[in-house]
Amino acid sequence: MASVPAVLTSEWTKIRSVSSTVWTLFAAFAVTVVMGAALSALLNATFDDLSETEQATFDPTFVSFSGTVLGQLAMVVFGVLVVGTEYSSGMIRTSLAAVPQRATFLLSKITVAGVLAFVVGLLTSFVSFFLSQAMLGDRGTDIGAENVLRAVVGGGLYMGLIAIFSMGVAAMLRSSMLSLGILMPFFFLVSQILSAVPGAKNVARYFPDQAGSKIMQVVPEAMGSDPSPYGPWAGLGIMVLWVLAAVLGGFLVLKKRDA
Amino acid sequence: MIEVEGLTKRFGSKVAVDHLSFQVKPGIVTGFLGPNGAGKSTTMRMMLDLDHATSGTVRIDGKHYRELQEPLKYIGALLDAKAMHGGRSAYNNLLCLAQSNRIPSSRVDEVLDMVGLSAVAKKKSKGFSLGMGQRLGIASALLGDPEILMFDEPVNGLDPEGIHWIRNLMKALASEGRTIFVSSHLMSEMALTADHLIVIGQGRLLADTSMADFIHENSRSYARLRSPQQERLRDVLHQEGFTAVETAGGFLEIDGATTEELGELAARHQLVLHELSPQRASLEEAFMQMTAGSVEYHAHSDRDPVAEPPAVGAGWGEGWKKPGTTGSEGE
Repeated sequence: MASVPAVLTSEWTKIRSVSSTVWTLFAAFAVTVVMGAALSALLNATFDDLSETEQATFDPTFVSFSGTVLGQLAMVVFGVLVVGTEYSSGMIRTSLAAVPQRATFLLSKITVAGVLAFVVGLLTSFVSFFLSQAMLGDRGTDIGAENVLRAVVGGGLYMGLIAIFSMGVAAMLRSSMLSLGILMPFFFLVSQILSAVPGAKNVARYFPDQAGSKIMQVVPEAMGSDPSPYGPWAGLGIMVLWVLAAVLGGFLVLKKRDA
Repeated sequence: MIEVEGLTKRFGSKVAVDHLSFQVKPGIVTGFLGPNGAGKSTTMRMMLDLDHATSGTVRIDGKHYRELQEPLKYIGALLDAKAMHGGRSAYNNLLCLAQSNRIPSSRVDEVLDMVGLSAVAKKKSKGFSLGMGQRLGIASALLGDPEILMFDEPVNGLDPEGIHWIRNLMKALASEGRTIFVSSHLMSEMALTADHLIVIGQGRLLADTSMADFIHENSRSYARLRSPQQERLRDVLHQEGFTAVETAGGFLEIDGATTEELGELAARHQLVLHELSPQRASLEEAFMQMTAGSVEYHAHSDRDPVAEPPAVGAGWGEGWKKPGTTGSEGE
């Protein structure tokens, strides 16, 4: 059997030796931080214009993660490309000839890329939080406050899970273009829109991004959002189930199909 | 040693590889020959466990490919020259493969040097020409210094210099005692490199023979004659017991006769000859004859009879323009 540390090293070399890794992860970081800080500054300036419920449930931690909605798209691209380029380049045949144990191959790839996405996500989360708190001034919160650290670390976990979910989907679809064509509109439009439509929102709140993003909220029903039937950790748990399902699906496709 | 036993691959209802059994013996170059679409690449992919066999087995030194510990050290393969990530440098493409099989990174420099790509090691492989891509693919096959090497159509699309290089490389590798399994659809290419031949058509084994035997059995030698007195020449040949076959261009071909006896015969009868030459049917012809059945089968069985072009002489072009006029023929 192939040696797992050897395959992990190999996958790390693959990831660090393509430029798409750098620019997708940098985009995820920059977009999330800049947009979070900008929205924090905006909300701070226009706080008096917010509705009473929004003022009552104002969540300075959650506000600092406003950029995630866009920044996660770069994470989706990262995750999709890590797996998808194996197929688009034909590298998959070379890779599987070198590591014929397909479970070892896929799990090593996902582990390396997932850990990297989590580390970048964590960094993004902390920078976003502190920069946004600075923008919010007196309305900001403190990292030591109750549940705030959980939300900030959760932001990093969320980013990592979004990337792994995308890897699973790309392994199922075996194509970067197809995966991006489905995931980008889903996270950016479908999920966001459905979660605002009465009736549909009862389903949409179980989508991976909607459920997972609860971990970044400190104030329940933050910013006037609907009460949800699950807490922050349960929400993250729902997202983890989605991720496991995607990875399992990706593995089954990789195992069954001809390379 | 590679043992293929009863290997079968079906894509839906189409049988790509049909109960194929053969052995690739160590220390020689085995040519894997067949027309396009005969199932060569599919067979090779199944040997590497990339495609799943519908039935049958492939054993490499007695083991299934999946059971090999660090397979690059047993068997190196060039399947598709472009099977590398274009955005990665040649060096890094090889490095990640080397690391997965615990091959030291110094070996990457070695193989790059062997295939002559050291100068472009740090360049992204998407800028590589077909020949450079082929060299990179061969470098990846050589990475683990394997005893068995497998090349799928290695000379396809290469310039004469590249073809020459690959030919010599295969010979050199074989002379080191390695097992080489190389596919091609060109008999002429095989004749130059292979010691043993495995011929397939329509996924079925057509021949499994040594190159020497194949040449011996399949190369027909005959004499070719041309004369302004063709009719008299034919009569004379007939009287003397030779069977002459007239071919296009007014030539007579006589099997199993030497040019000496034919020349003397012509002289005795005072016949003028414009040409008298010994001929040898090429191996390419022998190969085409051997695979003709399977190619023909392929062309007809997969088609709707109506779509078949009308018989020659029935006005192919006309039939094409006016389907009604000749359409009945196919039905």
